[in-house]
Amino acid sequence: MSETGHRSGTHLILEAGRADRQYWQDIWRYRGLLYILAWRDVAVRYKQTVVGIAWAFIRPFLTMVVFTVVFGHVAKLPTTNDVPYAIVVIGGLLPWTLFSSVLGEAASSVLSNANLISKVYFPRMIVPLATVLVVLIDFAVSLSILAGVMIWYGIAPGWQILLLPVFVVLALLASLGPAIWASAIVVKYRDFRFVIPFVLQFGLYLSPVGFQTTVVPERWRLLYSLNPMVGIIDGFRWSIIGGESPIYLPGFVLSLVVVAFFLWLGIYTFRRIERGFADLV
Amino acid sequence: MADVVIRAENLGKKFIIGHKAERDGLLRDAISTGARSLLRKGADLLKGKPLNAGDTFEEFWALSDVNFEIKRGELVSIIGRNGAGKTTLLKILSRITEPTTGRVEINGRVNSLLEVGTGFHPELSGRENIFLNGAILGMSQSEMRRRFDEIVEFSGVEKFIDTPVKRYSVGMYVRLAFAVAAHLEAEILVVDEVLAVGDAEFQARCLNRMSEVAGSGRTVLFVSHNFAAVTALTKRSIVLQGGRLTFDGSVDAGLAHYTSTLNKIGPDRHWGRGKHATLVSAELLDPQGKPSDRYTPGTPLCLRVVVETTGMPGMSIEVNLRDQHNLPIAFYSSGGFNQVSLPTQAGRYECTLSLDAYYLAAGDYGIDLHTSHTNIMTDQKIDSAVRFHVDACSPDGIAFDFRQDLGTGHLAMRLTAPLEFAPVAATEAPGEPQSVRESG
Repeated sequence: MSETGHRSGTHLILEAGRADRQYWQDIWRYRGLLYILAWRDVAVRYKQTVVGIAWAFIRPFLTMVVFTVVFGHVAKLPTTNDVPYAIVVIGGLLPWTLFSSVLGEAASSVLSNANLISKVYFPRMIVPLATVLVVLIDFAVSLSILAGVMIWYGIAPGWQILLLPVFVVLALLASLGPAIWASAIVVKYRDFRFVIPFVLQFGLYLSPVGFQTTVVPERWRLLYSLNPMVGIIDGFRWSIIGGESPIYLPGFVLSLVVVAFFLWLGIYTFRRIERGFADLV
Repeated sequence: MADVVIRAENLGKKFIIGHKAERDGLLRDAISTGARSLLRKGADLLKGKPLNAGDTFEEFWALSDVNFEIKRGELVSIIGRNGAGKTTLLKILSRITEPTTGRVEINGRVNSLLEVGTGFHPELSGRENIFLNGAILGMSQSEMRRRFDEIVEFSGVEKFIDTPVKRYSVGMYVRLAFAVAAHLEAEILVVDEVLAVGDAEFQARCLNRMSEVAGSGRTVLFVSHNFAAVTALTKRSIVLQGGRLTFDGSVDAGLAHYTSTLNKIGPDRHWGRGKHATLVSAELLDPQGKPSDRYTPGTPLCLRVVVETTGMPGMSIEVNLRDQHNLPIAFYSSGGFNQVSLPTQAGRYECTLSLDAYYLAAGDYGIDLHTSHTNIMTDQKIDSAVRFHVDACSPDGIAFDFRQDLGTGHLAMRLTAPLEFAPVAATEAPGEPQSVRESG
């Protein structure tokens, strides 16, 4: 009998509505494409700019300056134990920028790669995942701002800084769910292309980016924590300034639940709509 | 059987297409239909159905009830008119889209090539694009590195390999794109009409490369309108017509079947509408003025065309004569050659184009009709509006039959004066011509 057929080991059945059991295996097999799509976006992004990758540094830095002036000096919002306001702002800004860039970039990613999707097969989730890699590179650059500001104010981080990667991963997971969901739903209903920038704009003020959660009245805290970024930003700040910025535990757990829910919703929706992508884009 | 690599059963693919109802442009109507469509779209969104533009909907089966089996190592061409479902079939086989009904079983890895240069990014250099495109087509990094030099050499753009491809000429771009595609390795290779690019020399190189691939025991599915390529590369062909499989057999029989389906489409076909001028019907007339599908060489080529015009000035009728391989061989434009336009009074008109008498080689021909505005903007284009056949071509009544498929051309040239041979005295010994000696 045909040995080659068994050696190649790929027996495939294409049918309407058939969920592909090899999907996650396929994503692993196509990881090379994931890297190269991310590399493409990075390589292209700063072509024909003068300062190039420095933009990844300039944007968050200027935002930090503006927020410090507006919230710290004009609105005179309080900080616990007189931590410099710039540190409070950057501690909120970094995870928030990570979240909003992932959501903002991934949402349009499937549409902007329509030419690939209608011509070649690959697990479509590669496309929004690749944008996450790109955002992570920007994030790494902006971490240097955090380091710079901490040195400037002469603040040494405590042991809590070791948990920083955990909160980075959490911020990623929190953004991944909505991002995957949005990237799929935008293909079907383009309205969401206009909705998402709105959500991100409001989200910036609804999340404790320019202020600390302690500003929020005690009885609203749990409700406030329905916004998953609340718990994550708190955790992020806690790991930078330690005890000065406490974590509100019930709220943090609630944030995690919301994150998990969105992650499930995102993957579920994406897998459901994905099959029709080529017909819809 | 273990040797079957692709088995398709009752394959079908349905699309929903929307039509816009005729509007008379009243604002009130526009608002009410707008509101209705908003409600409907809102309901679609809640139910999670895809949105469709339009007021009425129609199901359209791009493929229906298609069955076939393909064995390991077979070279199969898929032929059919535009819109017959070829690309839809390839898209299903390459997992880009899902079938609506039926199923396909595939044993082995499919790599598909529906377009050259998929994912090329204009800002990236040729080198970077080779890696990007290769990864998109499913090649591994190590495979790419191994074949990189070969690809660059095949493309012939070594000098510009580090230049962004947006600075490339169209020809260079296509060469590079095809070079990557040509080095794609797969157990099952699915190729759409991608050879119709580049200059003749490059096309020949591509064909060679394709036949190398085909000769190395891979299974190849190949869509093309290039009959020469189909005959050279494949042994078996599948003919699709209106989404149905109408023929499955040898290439020669398949091409014959395909050509006969082209002939069957008569003047009763609905051609749609142009913006200003609409072709309603067209037929070939015999010397007695009766409709015919036979042309006698040496008689005027008469076409009777019925056309509707909105009265737009400067509309012209154009005729493109094509041979059995659909290559253009002659052209006529009423505006371009005679400065004759359609009447500027709106209405339906009939005209007869009486074209010169040609000695066309025996075989099949097609005529594309266009209406165009000031010879530039094509208003309506009907491919193969008229098909006809030349039974025999024997200029001057000698028994020799000049046929298209001899490959020596389409027109029998005729003498305007008798051919006579006058004796000439030999004045120079045979040797190198003088001019060459001087230049050397």
